[in-house]
Amino acid sequence: MKDTKTMLIKVIINCFFCVISLVALFPILSLLISSFRPSSELMRNGISLTIDWSNLSLNNYLYIFREAGDYWQWYGNSLIITTVTIVLSLFFSSMVGYAMAVYNFKGRNFVFLLVLLILMIPFEILMLPLYQLFIDLNLINTYFGIMLPLIVAPIAVFFFRQYALGLPKELMDAARIDGSTEYGIFFKIMMPLMLPSFAAMAILQGLSSWNNFLWPLLVIRSNDMFTLPVGLASLLTPYGNNYDILISGSVITILPIIILFIFFQKYFVSGLTVGGVKG
Amino acid sequence: MGQEMKSNIYTRPNRLLTFLNSKKVAPYVFIFPFIISFTLLTFYPTIQAFVMSFQRILPGQTEFVGLSNYRRILNPTFYQAFQNTTTYVILTCVILVTVPIFLAAMLNSKFAKFSTFYRASLFIPSLASIIVAGTVFRLLFGETGSSFANQVIGWFGVEPIQWQYTSWSAMFLMVILSSWRWMGVNVMYYLAALQNVPLELYESADIDGANVFQKFFYVTVPHLKPIITFVTTISIINGFRMFEESYVFWETNSPGNIGLSMIGYMYTQGVQRNDMGFGAALGVIIILIIFVISIIQLNLTGAFKRGDE
Repeated sequence: MKDTKTMLIKVIINCFFCVISLVALFPILSLLISSFRPSSELMRNGISLTIDWSNLSLNNYLYIFREAGDYWQWYGNSLIITTVTIVLSLFFSSMVGYAMAVYNFKGRNFVFLLVLLILMIPFEILMLPLYQLFIDLNLINTYFGIMLPLIVAPIAVFFFRQYALGLPKELMDAARIDGSTEYGIFFKIMMPLMLPSFAAMAILQGLSSWNNFLWPLLVIRSNDMFTLPVGLASLLTPYGNNYDILISGSVITILPIIILFIFFQKYFVSGLTVGGVKG
Repeated sequence: MGQEMKSNIYTRPNRLLTFLNSKKVAPYVFIFPFIISFTLLTFYPTIQAFVMSFQRILPGQTEFVGLSNYRRILNPTFYQAFQNTTTYVILTCVILVTVPIFLAAMLNSKFAKFSTFYRASLFIPSLASIIVAGTVFRLLFGETGSSFANQVIGWFGVEPIQWQYTSWSAMFLMVILSSWRWMGVNVMYYLAALQNVPLELYESADIDGANVFQKFFYVTVPHLKPIITFVTTISIINGFRMFEESYVFWETNSPGNIGLSMIGYMYTQGVQRNDMGFGAALGVIIILIIFVISIIQLNLTGAFKRGDE
């Protein structure tokens, strides 16, 4: 009696979650399938459940690989910006977080308070003065201008600090006796120990940069500087005739991320749940 | 003589190196990038946001206009943006704070068989950029009778809806887009917190004869309180930051402003119309609203009380 009841609950809960998983994956799957449909039909009818299977083809992909030079320019921009943002932001944020965790210096608590304060101020509020500042500094329409606001990320500083608090400080004294400098200690001894936190933060910063929209939208002025989200958004008009690029381009934008996610699921979850930052 | 010169050459850089390498100075070298970025990218813009809100900014000339920008804010478009944003915040909060608790509790139970797969499926939407997600949702909720959403409601005999053109469905689109993207992340927050609920409590509840629901409401939920407060706080703040969820459906011109958010209003006025002073004043008002609501919410949930973590 008890067993049949448990069995029943099991079946119900698992069926329920199969439905939930399907609902969650449905938009992505439908995007994937739609990318093989003629774009004119998509534009007219949207995504529909009635699929004319004989109509599916690789045309959208052939077109994007052969003709859509703009799209690949945007892809290149996004790759460069994301890579440089990850490298610089991890380098600087880990330094700051590490120092706040292992050293006792004057003003440490004040700096930590500032980090928490920035975490609570929505970026959008500072957007207009920053925009004005970047105009004055001639950073508009440059890679550096797009990246700069992400480079010392308070959320990453916070995460690295929490992680570095657990580092073995005895190692530092031992290294000092061996004649190592403070910087040598960080780069040669402590950084390798912090690697797991680097993985999570690389994913968080990489995803924020890859998907970043509002700030690039403000700073970018010309088509050849577009990042993927800004470029794709420029195609997203009801009058557009570029739905082939929009659809296959969206798939090519998100597929690498999903593949990375399948292999590094653990780091994705710890990276994205660190403070609920919106990408 | 030669000896002296040599030591002179080497002591100078040595002194600088020793200085930089001392335990007193090194931390400041480490945090230097933060100090620079804080000053340039947070402190200066914060001050500037307040200053600009009292100015009229035209290319080449800037004049103080007192409270005039703030007076102009009290107009019907702002009320509309405020109302849209508030509705959006309430709806997304209700959905994104409560639903994930149930999902996480079920995923954490011994009944869920392929938990890893379910978690991954729920999480994947958060990887999509708002533009990719918005593209799919626009196509799924197309206005013709053959779009997915209209086909589904058609099964129940409902006439096709022009999703992007009526007020309630516009709100529905934005809320469902946001809920779809962030559900999985919030489930992960709760799942992590559920690991900390002591198992003995469930055992003793079993002995007392508590059923599943009693266990959920009297054991699980109280233990999740800190994380519930956290998720509520970020949902409120992210809700007030809403801009992109509207942009993907209508850019900045929704019919009758049915999709206009406060940040969207700030963007159109400040950037598109180049009325930076007015935009800055809007920013100040938005941050005040977020601040007041966060304080009220944290007070209601008792986050300021002692002994509540």
